[in-house]
Amino acid sequence: MDDSPNNNAVVVKDLERRFGKFVAVNRVSFEVKKGEIFGFLGPNGAGKSTTIRMLCGILAPTSGSGTVAGFDVRTEAEKIKAHIGYMSQKFSLYEDLTVEENIDFYSGIYRIPPEKKRDRKEWVLEMAGLREHRHSRTSVLSGGWKQRLALGCAILHEPPVIFLDEPTSGVDPISRRQFWDLIYELAGKGVTIFVTTHYMDEAEYCDRIGLIYRGELIALGTPATLKTELMQDDVLEVSCERPQEAMEEISRLSGIKEVALFGKSLHVVTEDGAATASMLRAVLPEKGYAAPRVEPISPSLEDVFVSLIEARDRAETPQREVQG
Amino acid sequence: MKPRRVLAIARKESIQIRRDPRSLGMAIAMPMLLLVLFGYALTLDVDRVPLVVWDQSGTPASRELISRFAGSRYFSLKGYVQDYRDVERAIDSGETLMALVVPRDFAGQIESGRPAAVQLLADGSDSNTATIAIGYAEAVVQAYSRAITLDATQRLGARPLNPPVEMRTRVWFNADMESKNYIIPGLIPVIMMVIAALLTSLTIAREWERGTMEQLISTPVKGPELILGKLVPYFVIGMFDVLLAVLMGEFVFHVPLRGSLLLLFVMAAVFLVGALSLGMVISIVAKNQLLANQLAMILTFVPAFILSGLVYAISVMPWPIRLVTYLVPARYFVSLLKGIYLKGVGLSVLGGEAILLVVFAAAMVALANFKFRKKLV
Repeated sequence: MDDSPNNNAVVVKDLERRFGKFVAVNRVSFEVKKGEIFGFLGPNGAGKSTTIRMLCGILAPTSGSGTVAGFDVRTEAEKIKAHIGYMSQKFSLYEDLTVEENIDFYSGIYRIPPEKKRDRKEWVLEMAGLREHRHSRTSVLSGGWKQRLALGCAILHEPPVIFLDEPTSGVDPISRRQFWDLIYELAGKGVTIFVTTHYMDEAEYCDRIGLIYRGELIALGTPATLKTELMQDDVLEVSCERPQEAMEEISRLSGIKEVALFGKSLHVVTEDGAATASMLRAVLPEKGYAAPRVEPISPSLEDVFVSLIEARDRAETPQREVQG
Repeated sequence: MKPRRVLAIARKESIQIRRDPRSLGMAIAMPMLLLVLFGYALTLDVDRVPLVVWDQSGTPASRELISRFAGSRYFSLKGYVQDYRDVERAIDSGETLMALVVPRDFAGQIESGRPAAVQLLADGSDSNTATIAIGYAEAVVQAYSRAITLDATQRLGARPLNPPVEMRTRVWFNADMESKNYIIPGLIPVIMMVIAALLTSLTIAREWERGTMEQLISTPVKGPELILGKLVPYFVIGMFDVLLAVLMGEFVFHVPLRGSLLLLFVMAAVFLVGALSLGMVISIVAKNQLLANQLAMILTFVPAFILSGLVYAISVMPWPIRLVTYLVPARYFVSLLKGIYLKGVGLSVLGGEAILLVVFAAAMVALANFKFRKKLV
């Protein structure tokens, strides 16, 4: 793949933001290619929103550099603003204005040419499914509708890069699904999408993911790479009788890092999958759990992130007691 | 500066004002209410002072004196009492401010050419009113004495005596000395200052509070476009308020307008831009509606009311306070309006004030633009 800078929509190098002594984003570096759906994952307070705000030019970085759509985040923030669409975490349209008035307002702000104005408005109304509700006050709309309207207003000017900060938080599953269909549609047209989320299933939809934890980027790659390359441990699925009791027995065995209940079966994390599997197949029947089924499985993104975050915590604070 | 963006913001802001009964009420009803309230309550004139009379004499002479009080527009006869206890009760209850006691031998003393004494009791708890009312009473009694002397000299066949020195007073500009004639023109700046600052103090803070500002600053809109767009609808409302105040001054309070109406509106527009921008600065700095509202109230109302020369003449203030008044823009507009209304003078006299108002407006607009940042934190 071509890695030349003009093939990247976003380039970030050692970007840092402090609030007093608190380091919200700690020297983060990454690139987002044009036309890519880039997922920014992390728990609440990890620095996702702070990063996105710096990239949108509405928050000044403390240090480091970056470009968005070819413009410098430190010196050309206003040029960036003309080339991006930003949707903040909180619903940020005017609740006392109607759907149509909100669209008209942003179409004036983005100076959509008069001949395109009508088409763009109809496109937003169609996309958000709000044709029937164009004269309704925004305050009465449901979460999913508000989300789609906010997206529509943010991309009226057809920007090449779109930043979405937790666009689907607090929205029902069907609306979430519809929202992601929209994101795919936009990506299909070559638009770069930078989206933050803490939903693991949404992370799977992204072309590439960056995991941010306590202000630091701790993993970067496609969902598949993360699952195969970054997960040093193997995961085994164990199905047997009385799984809860078996879980306690297994956790006492050597070579076992973690055992967790997953539905009716158990997920066992271990360094050497093959050895542990044969050991479990031998040990479990001896302990009275007849005919156990032990299968190596590919880890889910959640397994990957939990193991990465735990490894990080262990490395950063060795003095802290690891709870068993 | 792109006109389309300014227009989009102005339109959006007007829709929001129309849909918010609170801001509409504040913009239209409050100025009228304040004007009526202060226009009537703030009369500094003392007339129709309530008076009770204890006429111990009960003679034609005493009745003549009493009728002079009753006939004056400065006194209003509340009734007759028969002893001091009643006088005391009437003053204590606030039913009356003054009591006139005519002694039993009043007519006899006058008859015999000796000076007769009448007693005047005044409620001094409002010393200003009491002083003025005592002055009125002295004038009434003196006029009565003079009439008696004149009567006596004429009866003796002599020519009436002229007083050696006579003061001829002529009051300019407000010949009737009616306080409403200077209160109303002075009130207009105070009300405009408060309303204008209050209106705009919410506009930017509200967007920060509701999160709509975060969206707005991620767009290519520029600070001056946002500020101008927000100023336009409030400016229209403010000018409407000025028109309303001028009409009320004309038709409700009958204040004479001697100067140029055009000059009045032009200066009002300049003042309004300054006051609205001041509210905007407060809104930008406070970022919080409640704080912005209170700041706007404190920073405008008290200085405009007390230090503008509306109630207290600036020339008699102690010098440190007189210096402070130069920082109160309402002061210049009060002088301008009093000049235009009462003296009918124009820019040749009021040029200094006009220039200072322009300076104030320009400074506030510049400050609002300087303070507004398209960044979080």
